[in-house]
Amino acid sequence: MDIKKNSPNSTGLDVESIRRDFPTLHQEINGKPLVYFDHAATSQKPSAVIQAVENYYRTINANIHRGVHHLSQAATDAFEASREKVRHFINADSTKEIVFCSGTTGAINLVAASFGQKYIREGDEILISHLEHHSNIVPWQLLCDRIGARLRVIPVNDNGELMLEEYEKLLNHRTKLVSVIHISNSLGTINPIKQMVEAAHRHGARVLVDGAQATSHTAIDVLDLDCDFYAFSGHKMCAPTGVGVLYGKQELLSTLPPYQGGGDMILSVSFEKTIYNELPHRFEAGTPNISGVIGLGAAIDYLDSLGFENIEPYEQGLLRYATDAMSTIKSVKIIGKAARKSSTISFISDKAHPHDIGTILDHEGIAIRTGHHCTQPLMSRFGIPGTSRISLSFYNTTEDIDRFMIGIDKVFKMFF
Amino acid sequence: MEDLRELYQEVILDHNNDPRNFRKIDFATHDAKGYNPLCGDEVHLYLVVKEGRIEDICFQGHGCAISKAAASLMTDALKSKTVEEAESLFHRFQEMVTQKPGMEINFEGLGKLAVFAGVREFPVRVKCATLVWHALEASLKKKDRATSE
Ligand SMILES: Cc1ncc(COP(=O)(O)O)c(C=O)c1O
Repeated sequence: MDIKKNSPNSTGLDVESIRRDFPTLHQEINGKPLVYFDHAATSQKPSAVIQAVENYYRTINANIHRGVHHLSQAATDAFEASREKVRHFINADSTKEIVFCSGTTGAINLVAASFGQKYIREGDEILISHLEHHSNIVPWQLLCDRIGARLRVIPVNDNGELMLEEYEKLLNHRTKLVSVIHISNSLGTINPIKQMVEAAHRHGARVLVDGAQATSHTAIDVLDLDCDFYAFSGHKMCAPTGVGVLYGKQELLSTLPPYQGGGDMILSVSFEKTIYNELPHRFEAGTPNISGVIGLGAAIDYLDSLGFENIEPYEQGLLRYATDAMSTIKSVKIIGKAARKSSTISFISDKAHPHDIGTILDHEGIAIRTGHHCTQPLMSRFGIPGTSRISLSFYNTTEDIDRFMIGIDKVFKMFF
Repeated sequence: MEDLRELYQEVILDHNNDPRNFRKIDFATHDAKGYNPLCGDEVHLYLVVKEGRIEDICFQGHGCAISKAAASLMTDALKSKTVEEAESLFHRFQEMVTQKPGMEINFEGLGKLAVFAGVREFPVRVKCATLVWHALEASLKKKDRATSE
C-alpha cells in the first residue's frame, strides 16, 4: 500500500508535533516502540493537561466555594472556568446545565436516581439499545427492579446499526426515557442521535445520550441534538480519570430532586428543614475532583486547538486505511460495518482467540483491547464471547497501522 | 518471538487445535463451570469419580489457546488419578505458573503440564491456565461454579 497516497493527513493536523505533546507515547514496550490502540478504554494525556493538574496542586491548592481566602478563590475561579469551557465545548445554553461528576457511569446513575424518582412509575418504559455499555444497562435494570418499570431494547442489524424502524415501533406513551449510546465503544457505530431525539420527543419521552466515546472524535452540539441529558467522561478525551460531566436541560434539571446529600449542595441546613442549592451545585455534593475538573478544562483547550474540523477527517482517514488493510486478511472478520463509524474496529478470527491476539501484539509493543468491552449483550447478539478491538485517535498514524498489520501477521504465523 | 514461544509451546498449540477429552458426560458424578469474566472464557468440566478415583474426566467450552490447552492437558493428566493426587497436582500446577521468573521450579510429577511454565512470564494469562483447575476444585467441592477472579 502506498502510504503517501493513502495518507489521511491532507488535513490541518501536524501529527508529528501532536505526538510530541503526549509523553506516554514515547516509550518502548517489550523492546518495541509503543503503538497505543486503546484510546476508547482511556485516552493518553497531553503535557498541557498534566501540567494543569500539577499547577493546581503546586500553586492554588485549596477547597472551592467555601473559603474567603485567596487560594480558595483562585481554585474556585479555575474550577468554574472549566465549567464555562465545558458549556462552550458542547454548546449548552448555560453553565447551570453543566454538572460535574465522576464520569459517564456517575452521570447515568445520577439521572437514574433523580429523574427515575421524579418521573418514572410502575408500568412505564425505559428504552435502551443493544449497543449499550454495561453502565447504560445496569442502572436502568436496578431502577426498573425497584419501581416495576419495564426495560426495552432497540435491536441492531448485522452491520451493528440500530434498527430505526423498530425503534419507532417501540416508542409509545409509556416510554418515559430513551437512553442511548452516541458512538459504540465496541463497534464504532455512530448513531443518528438528532433523529432519535426528535422521534422520542414526539412521544413525550426524554433522551439521555451516553457520549463517552464521542467527545474526543466529533464536535458536540447539545442544542442541535436537542437531547435532554448528555453524559461523558474526562478520561476518554485527554483529561484525567475520575471526572465527568452530566449536561441536563435547565428546565428539566431544575425539577429534579437532589441525588446525593452533603456539603456544597445546600443553601442552609437545619434539623427541621434543609434548603437545596441552585443548579448546578445541587447535584454536586461534597468536595469534587477539583484537579480533574481543571485538567478537563485544559483538555478542552487542547482539543479546541486541534479543532474537530481537522481531527474528524484525519481519523476517518485512519479508519479507512486500517479497514482496507484488515480486509485483505481472509481469516479476519470485522464486526461492525456501520455506514457511519468512528475510528474503532472490532474483529474476530477463526484462527486465534482475542486473548492470544492481545498477548502477541503486546509483545510487539502494540496495545489493544480484547474481550467483551463491557457490552456482553452486544457480543451475544453477534454470537461471540468477545472481540479484539483497535481504537485509533488523532495521535495515531498510518505507520502505527502498518506495525499493527505486521503484528497480526505474526499472530497468524503462530496459529497456522 | 523467543519468549512468546515459551508461552505458546508446540504442545500447547497442538492441544489448542485438537483438544483431547472435548466432550460431555451425561451421567457425571461431579461437574462445574469455570468462567473468566475478564475475557468471557467458559469451561464446563465433567467427572466420573468412583471410590475416590477419577474414572473419567472431560470438558466443553470456549476460550483462548492457553485455557483450551490447559483443559485438554489437565483432563489427560488426571484420568485414573485419585482425588488426593488431583488436588496435589493442582497445587503444584498453581505454584509453577505463579512462580516468580528466574526462580527454580520443581517439575517433579507435573509431566506434560510443565509446558505451562512459560505462563509465569505473562501474569495476565495465569488465570487462563488455572481456570479449568478452579473448575476442578469447585466440582470436587460440589460447587457448581468457579470463577478465575
Ligand atoms: C460508551 C461508554 N459508556 C460508558 C462508559 C463508562 O465510562 P466511565 O467508566 O468513565 O464511567 C464507557 C467507558 O468504558 C463507554 O465506552
